[in-house]
Amino acid sequence: MSWHQYLPHTPEDIAAMLERCGVSSVEDLYADVPEELRISGRYELPEGISEKEIRDFFAEAEAECRDLTCFAGAGVYHHYVPAVIPSLLSRSEYLTAYTPYQPEISQGTLQYIFEYQTMMASLTGLEVSNASMYDGTTATAEAMLMAVAASRKRNRVLISATVNPSVRRVVATYARYHKVRLEVIPATDGGVTDRTALSAMLADGDVAGVIVATPNYYGIVEDYTGLAEEIHAAKSLMIVNCNPSVLAVVRTPGEWGADIAAGDAQSLGMPMNYGGPYLGFLCSTKALMRKMPGRIVGATTDDAGQRVFVLTLQAREQHIRREKATSNICSNQGLMALYATIYLSVMGNAGLRKINDTGNAGAHYLCRQLESTGRMVQAFPDGVFVNEFAMKAVDINLDALMEKCVECGILPGVRISEDMLLIAVTEMQTKAQMDKLVEIVRNLENPENHACHEPRTI
Amino acid sequence: MNRELYKPLIFEFSRSGRRGFSLPSNGLEDHKRELPEVLCRQTEALLPEVDEPTVVRHYTNQSTNNFGVDTGFYPLGSCTMKYNPKINEEMAASAVIAGLHPSQPVSTTQGALRIYHTLARYLSEIGGMSEFTLNPYAGAHGELTGLMVIHAYHDSRGDTARDKVIVPDSAHGTNPASAAVAGYKILEVKSLPDGTVDVADLRSKLDDTVAAVMMTNPNTVGMFEKNIPEIAAMVHEAGALLYYDGANLNPMLGVARPGDMGFDVMHINLHKTFSTPHGGGGPGAGPVGVRSGLEEFLPSPRVMMDPDGRFYVDSPGTSLGFVSGWIGNFTVLIRALSYILSLGTDGLMKVGPLATLNANYVMNALSDLYLLPVPGPCKHEFVFDGLRDKSTGVTTFNIAKRLLDYGFHAPTIYFPLLFHESLMIEPTETESVETLDRFIATMRDIAREAAETPEVVRNAPHNTPVRHPDDTEAALHPVVTFMDLKKEES
Amino acid sequence: MIYYLPTHEYARVEGNIAYVGISEYAARQLGNVVYVDMPEVGDDVEAGEDFGAIESVKAASDLFAPVSGAVVEVNEHLIDNPRLVNENPMENWIVKIEMSDPAELESLMDEAAYKAHCESENH
Repeated sequence: MSWHQYLPHTPEDIAAMLERCGVSSVEDLYADVPEELRISGRYELPEGISEKEIRDFFAEAEAECRDLTCFAGAGVYHHYVPAVIPSLLSRSEYLTAYTPYQPEISQGTLQYIFEYQTMMASLTGLEVSNASMYDGTTATAEAMLMAVAASRKRNRVLISATVNPSVRRVVATYARYHKVRLEVIPATDGGVTDRTALSAMLADGDVAGVIVATPNYYGIVEDYTGLAEEIHAAKSLMIVNCNPSVLAVVRTPGEWGADIAAGDAQSLGMPMNYGGPYLGFLCSTKALMRKMPGRIVGATTDDAGQRVFVLTLQAREQHIRREKATSNICSNQGLMALYATIYLSVMGNAGLRKINDTGNAGAHYLCRQLESTGRMVQAFPDGVFVNEFAMKAVDINLDALMEKCVECGILPGVRISEDMLLIAVTEMQTKAQMDKLVEIVRNLENPENHACHEPRTI
Repeated sequence: MNRELYKPLIFEFSRSGRRGFSLPSNGLEDHKRELPEVLCRQTEALLPEVDEPTVVRHYTNQSTNNFGVDTGFYPLGSCTMKYNPKINEEMAASAVIAGLHPSQPVSTTQGALRIYHTLARYLSEIGGMSEFTLNPYAGAHGELTGLMVIHAYHDSRGDTARDKVIVPDSAHGTNPASAAVAGYKILEVKSLPDGTVDVADLRSKLDDTVAAVMMTNPNTVGMFEKNIPEIAAMVHEAGALLYYDGANLNPMLGVARPGDMGFDVMHINLHKTFSTPHGGGGPGAGPVGVRSGLEEFLPSPRVMMDPDGRFYVDSPGTSLGFVSGWIGNFTVLIRALSYILSLGTDGLMKVGPLATLNANYVMNALSDLYLLPVPGPCKHEFVFDGLRDKSTGVTTFNIAKRLLDYGFHAPTIYFPLLFHESLMIEPTETESVETLDRFIATMRDIAREAAETPEVVRNAPHNTPVRHPDDTEAALHPVVTFMDLKKEES
Repeated sequence: MIYYLPTHEYARVEGNIAYVGISEYAARQLGNVVYVDMPEVGDDVEAGEDFGAIESVKAASDLFAPVSGAVVEVNEHLIDNPRLVNENPMENWIVKIEMSDPAELESLMDEAAYKAHCESENH
């Protein structure tokens, strides 16, 4: 009998195959591996287990996790997952295919990527999208590298302090090793990009790109009127990190005059999955299309004259460019791009609008209710927001609040500073859940000396 | 299936007024605030208006134009297209994990952190490394992260003049590209006729400006770099570090560990060696392992266990920084762990040898008709330089396309760059001898066709859902969205 | 006079102006050109530095400047019809450079030296 259900070889098969290879044992095929490098015994790992035991193993791990009512956002949002998506995504023709190198037998993948590119380009108000990136942080870092490469000679990039810190820290890592001078544009007390400071930083005339966000980290929809003109006058590129779900209702990067849009499409109904997989996207103007990293799918015709889709503009890519490459990405987040495509197909503009309206209504209700406790105020009262907002503690200990909420099964938001809590509302939280959070805030007793420090998170 | 009926793009099914969504309401509509006009979206996005049955039919039918590992044999060299177990999918679809927000307090995510920590420990044992980060999202991302680890290591020693990375000319294109993105200049080292690294050439290039040497072992020709102990010693003597590209780790399972070969830093493609699906390009995962002494440079956040067995996360100041939003493609990690749990020690010890046996079996059965530039035995894969009979005019490209007609996925073609007509075949250990026999018979038929009716091979494929596309037109006049397509048609 | 770089760019010199393109040999090697990435008029280029790139379906190569100077014109016909490079690479130059140091020409290859160079590359 064969050893394992994934390994078809019976002892008889192996004997016959060895004979055909003209060797007496599999060992002989490894004769060139020096003896001293061989594994002397066996791996120190557990013995294999049955499917039932695998289920038990993961069930035990699940039991050590807590499902909380999620008011946390900060780039990762709890949205509704339409039932059609897991069903269609589980089709193994999509799941178990490689990158579509052979277009004749990969039209399924190629066609949905073409649809995906259309939807993302249109959502961001730009002309072109690539076939997707790993996540929003790396996509934004790639946008920075793209701006540097497009400028040819410049290597200074500015990033607003109002861009999500989880994005900024990855952009900073890429900048540090790629020797890009990354500088942070300060934020005003109102939680928006300091335009005066930005103008001063642009004045040196050596900036390749400027990265801002919409909505920004604090949930604020910043007014970028005149910004693109100013950046372009400095021969620099405008890059907008954005949330595609909210782009259904807020002014798009393209409408602000941006050259590149990058971000995470997790907000398009993807499970939070403790950090991934998500979906990075990167869109640009046509002028920059050939500077884009990653795969791009294009339409053409086949020998029979039919409309078909292929990977195109491959001369940009790392396997051709090798050491001349400005990006090393050689894949895309295929299955998650399919996720976004199906999500946007079932939602359409009407569905996305409804999601934003529901989140908007809930967020403004919760914000007012929390303020009514007198223990928190809106951190940036002049900031226009859709579904996420920052609250500042006035008369409440946030350590104690976090602890109490988690005890009650609620994740009240993301702690973004000593006294600030960032709260997101989507279509998923009920009024009753919001009221429960408000009640906890209202009734929490501030401890004399609270021993608990901010709970550690990733 | 009626291809004509289901050929349209989703946008072409759109009808004004249709809807495909079912969404909850919180009953708070009155509290909605309108945005000022200047902050509002000005024109509607181009999204289809379609009902749910239409969406389901569309994507179901599209899927049937695809070929996956579940469809048939996929001998794509260097991609390790092994079977993707179904239990992995079931475990990854956990509703509990789906609901975990990455900023939840770790006190509420101990089980998830246990999954991460356990997999990292298992990979360390398999790689012969001290510690693994599972944060990188893909193989190329792992390479970049590994090079950043190396950079941070040299920086920590004030050894800042090292600005070069050496890669063999047989390397995957990502190696030089990753080194370039990590800020390094690239030096190429030659291969010998047997495909292994020219040690003398490597020695002549090593000096105190070299930060790292990147190697794939077995290399892209499927040969084990038997001089690896000598190479490791040379590299270390020059003060550089040795990087292991884990793309070809599969044949080493159960045989040898990169750490024992002298490698300092490595990545593993979980979507190759550890059976997670490729998903048409992703998501994958590219964990990075380091030998003892380099752990402090790993990317943040790091998942650690305290003496009481509680998990926590840390972002030490010595870390190279963050390379990902959170802690990687978490559900991909679940799949890889599920695979390791299923096979266990005994099963994993068999993976490499069986993958190698399968490759040698196919190689031996075809090398009378196909040109084998580097004689075996090979490891998990091997490279033919096209047909032996060069008089037919049939190229590797033609052979690849003809295989599609016979229901096989094509091998990797025109890589490695060492040969003009590279045809790189990797069967993996999950294929039965009957499948290999059918593939061998087909390859022999194609060789015969090439001699007898070469035009049949040259004009392939004939039986696929679409025929050969016009790549030049696609690159010359890029049509990359439905908007472009409408413009083109009007 | 026509001068060449080992990377297959030529400089056809008329007075103080160098017409820069790629050689017939290079055009043949590349195959169907689908895109030429050109600098802007007014940009300064330096001898030996890359100033653009040329792409076919399956290959891309950087374009290196044979001489230093200012770009005074780019061949706009190549924007819509990059295949002109294949049809007649010597006629269809890519950029026109006003040379800042014509003495640089001395370090370039002449026709005969370049021909020998291509032959050696073929082996």
